[in-house]
Amino acid sequence: METRVIGKSVPRKEGREKVTGSARYVDDLSFPGMLYGVTVRSPAARGKIRAIHFADDIPWHELIVVTARDIPGKNCIALLIEDQPCLAAEFVNHPEEPVVLLAHHDRYLLEEARRAVRIEIEPLPAVFSIEDSLARKEIIWGQDNIFKSFYVEKGDVECAWAGAALVVEGSYETGAQEQLYIEPQGMIAQVSEAEGVTVWGSLQCPHYVHKALMILFGLPRERIRVVQTETGGGFGGKEEYPSMIAAHASLLARKSGRPVKIIYDRAEDMVATTKRHPSRTRHRTAVTRDGKLLAMDIDFTVDGGAYETLSPVVLSRGTIHAAGPYACANVRICSRAVATNAPPHGAFRGFGAPQTVFALERHLDRVAEAVGIAPEELRRRNFIREGQTLAVGQVVKEKVDMNGLMERAFELSGYYAKRKKFAAENSAARGTIHKGIGFASFLHGAGFTGSGEEYLASEVAMEAKADGTVHILAGSTEMGQGTNTIFAQIAAEALRLDCEQIRIVQPDTAYVPNSGPTVASRTAMIVGKLVETAAVRLLATLHDSGFLHDGYSAGDFTRACSSYVSRHGALKSFVKYEHPHDLHWDDQKYSGDAYGAYAWAVYVAEVSVDTRTAEVRVENFVAVQEVGKVINPVLAAGQIEGGVAQGIGFALYENVVWQEGRMVNAQMTNYVMPTSVDLPVIRVYFEEIPYGRGPAGAKGIGELPLDGTAPAIANAIAFATGVDVRQIPITAETLLEMMESAHA
Amino acid sequence: MPEGARKIRVSCIVNGAAVTCEAYPMARLLDVLREELKLTGTKEGCGEGECGACAIEMDGALVNSCLVPALQAEGAKIRTIEGVACGGALHAVQQAFVAYGGAQCGICTPGMIMAAVNLLARYPQPNDAQIRAGLSGNLCRCTGYMKIFESVVAAVRDAETRA
Amino acid sequence: MRAFLPAYEMETPRDLAAGLERMAAEPGVWRAFAGGTDLMVLLEAGKLPHKKFLNIWKLAELRGIAVTAEQVTLGALTTYAEVQRHEILAREFPLLCRAAAETGSVATQNRGTLGGNIANASPAADSAPALIVYGAEIEIVSADGARWVPYASFHTGYKKMNLRAEELIRSIRVARTGAAWKQYFRKVGTRRAQAISKICFAGAGRVEAGRIADLRIALGSVAPTVLRAVRVEELLRGQRPEDAGLLLAAQGTLGAEIAPIDDMRSTGRYRRNVARNLLAEFLEVLAS
Repeated sequence: METRVIGKSVPRKEGREKVTGSARYVDDLSFPGMLYGVTVRSPAARGKIRAIHFADDIPWHELIVVTARDIPGKNCIALLIEDQPCLAAEFVNHPEEPVVLLAHHDRYLLEEARRAVRIEIEPLPAVFSIEDSLARKEIIWGQDNIFKSFYVEKGDVECAWAGAALVVEGSYETGAQEQLYIEPQGMIAQVSEAEGVTVWGSLQCPHYVHKALMILFGLPRERIRVVQTETGGGFGGKEEYPSMIAAHASLLARKSGRPVKIIYDRAEDMVATTKRHPSRTRHRTAVTRDGKLLAMDIDFTVDGGAYETLSPVVLSRGTIHAAGPYACANVRICSRAVATNAPPHGAFRGFGAPQTVFALERHLDRVAEAVGIAPEELRRRNFIREGQTLAVGQVVKEKVDMNGLMERAFELSGYYAKRKKFAAENSAARGTIHKGIGFASFLHGAGFTGSGEEYLASEVAMEAKADGTVHILAGSTEMGQGTNTIFAQIAAEALRLDCEQIRIVQPDTAYVPNSGPTVASRTAMIVGKLVETAAVRLLATLHDSGFLHDGYSAGDFTRACSSYVSRHGALKSFVKYEHPHDLHWDDQKYSGDAYGAYAWAVYVAEVSVDTRTAEVRVENFVAVQEVGKVINPVLAAGQIEGGVAQGIGFALYENVVWQEGRMVNAQMTNYVMPTSVDLPVIRVYFEEIPYGRGPAGAKGIGELPLDGTAPAIANAIAFATGVDVRQIPITAETLLEMMESAHA
Repeated sequence: MPEGARKIRVSCIVNGAAVTCEAYPMARLLDVLREELKLTGTKEGCGEGECGACAIEMDGALVNSCLVPALQAEGAKIRTIEGVACGGALHAVQQAFVAYGGAQCGICTPGMIMAAVNLLARYPQPNDAQIRAGLSGNLCRCTGYMKIFESVVAAVRDAETRA
Repeated sequence: MRAFLPAYEMETPRDLAAGLERMAAEPGVWRAFAGGTDLMVLLEAGKLPHKKFLNIWKLAELRGIAVTAEQVTLGALTTYAEVQRHEILAREFPLLCRAAAETGSVATQNRGTLGGNIANASPAADSAPALIVYGAEIEIVSADGARWVPYASFHTGYKKMNLRAEELIRSIRVARTGAAWKQYFRKVGTRRAQAISKICFAGAGRVEAGRIADLRIALGSVAPTVLRAVRVEELLRGQRPEDAGLLLAAQGTLGAEIAPIDDMRSTGRYRRNVARNLLAEFLEVLAS
């Protein structure tokens, strides 16, 4: 299907502002009479708050002091449930838990004041590991430390063991990962009798913040307003946590009667906000003599930290992705999210799938080795095809050719030749650099799982003004991924206009409808489709009015809008998500159509390992994926390139060092992400099999690259060194030890 | 309360204009630019000199403004992102970033563009290794650096074509 | 930004003599502040207890690189960028140039100074092993006069140095004798750029008639201060660098001579193993 604007690399809508430094992020804003706010946090991982001491040498009468007692509504940051306090009142359950808020106009005095508050805590025994939590060394949450568990069953796993030629087991672990958006989190709040509560800030989901503030203040919908400022990266890290900062800033604003700005510095952001859930996955796999999967028994656990936040949903996605793009008649997945006394873990691009896909793809390479066939051969013999069912019972209704993707990725990366060459060079034992090449094959479901999109009931509005500009009103946020631009392209395509004529209204809950959160690889596919539909309806209204005729020019369109508006008033359209009738999901059995569509991918990583230092370098990377339709090639490639970079960080560089529930390497010096000299050329290739329900056929891609990057690298390292990699990050320290024992 | 410093007057040239402002002697130049001079284009990403989001040019050298005390800016010739475009005309690097996807969320972009502009002033025809090394002090979480390199290469190429 | 700025003072002395007078008048009260790449990080973290600083950044007496036939003298305020740009240094002191190129980033190299780095006394400093290998001498000045200290005895313990409260580092001097030596530098960091060293190895050796006539080995991040591996040098002096048995013995001695610890960035075990491996690389360079 020929498209005018879709499929073109239209320059980023807000590009000019970003390259000139005129884009306004929250810390660039200043309000008259504004105060700064800071948070005083728990020094202990768990305990009872005995007293709060305020040292003598601060002019406390000048400062605004807020504690839990100042909360007018419910003391919680409402999300799925309401277990997380806004401010700890009686007990603390993790280090750095917020207890006291302070505000003053002088930032420097405020820091002195923060130092001068001492929270006296009578410690209680705490739990810091998945093992201890499951063992119930202490019950720190609910009845049994378990936020949520799932049980997925397909076929009959137990029957398969007896007849299996081979059973391969393995245990795999992934660590926490900090989102490390370069713009730290922040909010400005203003509270007045007239306006209610208004917050401006760096965030992904204005309506999440809106709901949380309603409950915190006990105020109705129209008395809370949330505005998204230009956001410097999110990656999930600004999905739920901004509600906490918004709550804090608002409480201070309410008490002081002045606007209050809270900006976290990097150390506070790292130590206090959410991270990717650490995980542990156990696989037990039965295969035939020639490598056909007979049964997959998977046990998956994530560490959720001290409060539930989004752990059930992270667990859900990880669970559903745990068995990958393979046809296996018998699958069992038992999973659970457990509590520990660490700051709650949260959303990070991939959202449970990077954890289980790492385990699966590493495990399948080991299964192949046990069977005695090449890893690609094992995949080939088990790749799922149209008409077959995934682990949760979803019948694949898309045309999927995983083998074709894999062969293309191998051709582009020179996989076969390099495998031979590296194997020969490595065993010649001459040089100290060993090379490896490895891959991962995977899928990622776009949109909310199962009945999630139905529950979200997302809405989009559109308005054509008298001057012919078309304004898109959606709660979806731009944070670098290109929302503004692709929405403009989708609308421009449907309306046969140029992108310049399309405007994106700043996400502001006073003006835009709730389009659902900007997460879950849903913005292009689900919300983009609503944008497309809204444009189509708007056009229909104009046509029906008689002011617009076929074959219209941009000028005709403008004139038609002008005429319509003077005759009939505002020209608007409005769309609400309708769940496709043929998608069925059973929440009880956790089976059915998990996602409307999947992106399918094969990634190939080439590494060199310096055997003297165990330093790993990713030398080349090829990412091939089928995504329905590429709306904007530069933006889409940018998403994959950036995601692969984060995946490389996840695999090799990013290590959170924990000490009794606290991140101790909370500086950019010590928590290390890749620089421009650490990353290879990342080559990205798209295939397109249009998805009928996506705008112009587009599916979601935002999270996909986080799933396959780390396992491809892990498999490449295993090839290069003979080390059986079982956990990420693969630090040089661990790798050197493992290489030396492999040698011995 | 410990007392000590009074605020001092700092006079320097910022983006071609002579300015004087008041600041504590050890206030960060980053904060002086953003808060006293209202030049909010320069960003804080880490406060430790690790991310480069605060990068500016001081007397022609690329520096992290979060690590420069206000007192040391006295008499300096400073260029920030706001001084890169010429009037309304974008610099070749800025144009390239817009056309080739060098900016995603944009928070690292001002510092990245300062580093790129500074690199090209020192190496008008940089090779790939020089580009990577020249930008290695500027962290980007969104792009994986690919489109940033492509933008710099394009800016060099476009400058050549025009020359 | 966690420091209480009103408590911090900074003044610019008219010249070096005036600065030294100030420091002598109130010993320990005024401290030198050069490029700020270490001190400002502490300030921002709220971890800079010292409150009064003398801005020495523009003092001409501390700048410049002077070259004679026998030696090169670098002013304490020589930046890492200036080190890399200097022709003689690039040709004859490649380890120092490598260290400069691998410390921080372009922006920090424009502001980080050799003197500041020495006075900061981090055991992870990358220029330190290079300076040890080159037998650097440090010129220390005060209102009372000047003295020279071999860099090898400048650091006396973790963050302790042969520098009194009223003294300043004025220059660093290296002899132009090692140009013909084979030189080796390797920093193993947390990543390729802008990384704190996990371990740093600098070595130089002169090979005559197939034997190591003389050599110097220094390591960073394996002890409370930069370490010159004197015992390893003793073992290797006069030997054939390609001797496999020699390597094993030298690795054993090195393992015993260094005292690496576990910290946030790495482990003692890793550092020890890598040190041994880098020694092997160094010997390969000498054998080549």
